[in-house]
Amino acid sequence: MTTLKNAVRIFISAVREIFDESAYARFLKRTNMTSSSAAYAAFWRERESNRPKPRCC
Amino acid sequence: MNKGLWGLIWGLIAVVALAAVIVVAVHRGEPINALWLVVAATCCYALGYRFYSKFIAAKILALDPLRATPAERLENGRDFLVTNKWVVFGHHFAAIAGPGPLVGPVLAAQFGYLPGTLWILAGAVFAGCVQDFVILLFSVRRDGKSLTEMAKEETGTVGGIVAYAAVIAILIILLAVVALVVVNALKDSPWGTFTIAMTIPIALLMGFYLRYIRPGKVLEVSALGFALVMLAIWGGQWISQSPALAPVFTLRAQPLAIAIIVYAFAASVLPVWLLLAPRDYLSTFVKLGTIGMLGIGIVVVHPTLHMPAFTRFVDGTGPVFAGKIFPFAFITIACGAISGFHSLISSGTTPKLIARETETRIVGYGAMMAESAVAIMAIIAACVLQPGVYFSINSPAGIVGQTAAAATATISNWGFPVTAADMQALAHAVGEQTLFNRTGGAPAFAVGMAHIFSQSLGGSAVMAIWYHFAVMFEALFILTILDAGTRVARFMIQDALGHIYKPLGRTSWYPSIILTSLLIVAGWGYFLWQGVKDPLGGINSLWPLFGIANQLLATVALCVATTIIIKMHRARCAAVTLVPLIWLVVVTFTASWHKIFDPNPRVGFLSQAHVLASGSATGATSRLIFNNRLDAAVTGLLLLMVAVVLIESVRHWIAILSGRKEARVKEAPFVQTRLAEERA
Repeated sequence: MTTLKNAVRIFISAVREIFDESAYARFLKRTNMTSSSAAYAAFWRERESNRPKPRCC
Repeated sequence: MNKGLWGLIWGLIAVVALAAVIVVAVHRGEPINALWLVVAATCCYALGYRFYSKFIAAKILALDPLRATPAERLENGRDFLVTNKWVVFGHHFAAIAGPGPLVGPVLAAQFGYLPGTLWILAGAVFAGCVQDFVILLFSVRRDGKSLTEMAKEETGTVGGIVAYAAVIAILIILLAVVALVVVNALKDSPWGTFTIAMTIPIALLMGFYLRYIRPGKVLEVSALGFALVMLAIWGGQWISQSPALAPVFTLRAQPLAIAIIVYAFAASVLPVWLLLAPRDYLSTFVKLGTIGMLGIGIVVVHPTLHMPAFTRFVDGTGPVFAGKIFPFAFITIACGAISGFHSLISSGTTPKLIARETETRIVGYGAMMAESAVAIMAIIAACVLQPGVYFSINSPAGIVGQTAAAATATISNWGFPVTAADMQALAHAVGEQTLFNRTGGAPAFAVGMAHIFSQSLGGSAVMAIWYHFAVMFEALFILTILDAGTRVARFMIQDALGHIYKPLGRTSWYPSIILTSLLIVAGWGYFLWQGVKDPLGGINSLWPLFGIANQLLATVALCVATTIIIKMHRARCAAVTLVPLIWLVVVTFTASWHKIFDPNPRVGFLSQAHVLASGSATGATSRLIFNNRLDAAVTGLLLLMVAVVLIESVRHWIAILSGRKEARVKEAPFVQTRLAEERA
C-alpha cells in the first residue's frame, strides 16, 4: 500500500513538474507572493528572460 | 533474492530475447504477430539497461553517489533544483519524445518491418541510449553546460563555433521537415484542418484562463483544453460534410504552408504565456496520454503485421523515398535509435535537476529506451496496414500516377495488391475524400493507429474519430516543436548577433525579436515552400536531409563524449562511444555523398538538377534546379562542419594518447554531497 501511495505521489509530482505547476509554486515561495494574475505575469516575465526549453523532434 | 536466482531470471530473459529476435528476423511467408516485436524489444531494453548501462556507469564513467551535483551545489529554485529521479525522467522523456520516432519508422517501413526494427533495437541499446547517458553525465559534471559549450572547452574554439553553427542549421532543416509532415497530413482534409485550426483559439483561451481566471492551474486548464480539442474533433465531421464550411477548410498544400509560417512567426514574437506555453501543455497532455494508450492498445489487440520482413525496395527504388537500405534506413530512423537533438536536451534543462550522479543512468539511458519503444509502436502501426494500402497512402503522385486507377495498378504490379475501391472504402471509413498521395508518414501512422484503437475501443464505427484524433495528436505536437524550435533558434541567433551589435542580443528588445524571428522563419519557411512545390512530394528530398543533419549532430555529441572519455584516462573503454561514432560517420557521410552525387536523379540532388536542366526551361524548372543545388550545398556544408569537429577531435585524441598534450578534463571541482546526511 505504501509503495502504491509513493508511486502515485511521484507520478503526481512528475506531472506537476512537466506542466510547470511546481515551478510556479517555487516561484511564489521564492518571491513571497501569493497566486494572482500579477504573480503569474511576473513568473512568465522571469521565464521569458531564460533560454526556452528545446523540444525534440 | 539471492544472486543465483537473479542469474537464472536474467538468463531466462536473455533466452526469451534471443528467441523473439530470431522469430522476428527469420520468420518468412506468413504474417507475424506484433507481440513478437514487443517481447523482443522489452527483453533487449531490459538486458541493455541491466548489463550494458551498468558496465558504462561503473567501469567508464565511475558514477559517484557522494559527489554533489549542480542541482545541489547551485540550487536557486529556478534552473537548478534537486528533483526526484522519476520526476526528472518524466520531464526528460516529455522533452525528447516528438514526432520523429513516429514518422521515421513509418517511412522506413517501405523496406519491410525487419530493417527498421533491428536498427531501432541495436541503435538504441548501443548508441542512442549511450549518447544521451554520457552527455547528461558530462553536463552534470560541468555545472549543466550545453553541448556547444562542452565542445568549445573540450575540443577547442573551432569545434565549439562549428558545433554552434551546425545546431542552428540543423534546427532550420528540422523545422522545415516537420512542418512539411503537417502540411501533407492536413492538405485537402477539412476535418483535420478544422481541428488543428481550433487548437489555436483553444490555446489562447487556455492562456487567458491561466493568466486571469485561475493563475498557475495548468493541469486543470490542460484537461479543459483537451476536452475542447475532443469536441473540435467530434465537430470536425459536421464541418467536412457542410457544403458551406467544408470549402473554407479544404486547403491545398501552399496555403497551408503559408498559414503555418505565419502562425510560427506569431508564436515566436507573442508573449510565451499567451500561445506557446498553453499549446505546449495541451500537446504534452495529449502526447503522454496517447503514447500510453497506443502501448496498451498494441498489447490488448496484438495485431498481425501484414508488411513482409523485407520488401523489394531494399534495392533503392522505393516510392516513399529513394535510396538503398544502406545507408538510408539508418538516417530515416533517427529519433527511435539515435538522435543528435537529444544531446541538446541532455545538456539543457535535465542536468540541472539531477540529484545524484547515479540517477543519470535511469534518466539518460532509461528515457531513451522509452523513446525507442515509441518507435517500435510506430513501426507496428505502419506494418499492420496491408502493404498495398501503406504504399497507396505514402507514394507521391509523381511516382504512382495521378489517378486512383493508375496508382492502384502501379502498386499492385509491385506485388502489393490494392484496388481503388479498397482505398475509397478506407478513405470513407476515416472521413477523408481520398488517402492517395498523403506522403510524410503521419497519415499512414494515423490510419494504423486508428485501426488498432478501433479494434479495442468502439469498433469500425468510430474509425474516423480515431483517425482524426491521431492526425490531431501528431499535428499538435509538431506545431509545438515549430513554436519552441523557432524560439530556441531565435535565442541562439540573438546570442550571436549580440556580439556584433549589443541591443540585438537583448531577448526582450522587440526590433531584435522581430528581426531574428523573421530570419529563422524565412530559413525553414524557404525549405518548407520548396517541399510543397516538389513534384516528388518533398519528403523524398527533405526527410533524408533532416536525418543526415540529426545524425551529424549525434556525431558531434559522440566526438565530445569520446574526447572526454580519453581525457578521463579511459581510452581502453572509449569504444562505447567510438564505435557508434564510427558507424554514424560511415552512415552519414555515405548518405550525404549519395544525396549530393548519386547519378540516380531520384537520389542525387545534382543529377536531378542536371536532368531538369536538360528539359524545357520554365520558371518552375529553374526554381527546382536552384533548390536541388541549394540542397546539395546545404548537405555539403553540414558535412564540412562536422568534418571540422571530427578532425579537431581526432587531433586532440592523438595529442593526448601520444603524451604531447596533458589529459585534463574541465569538470567542476569535487564537492561531497550533503543530501545523504540530510536524509539520514
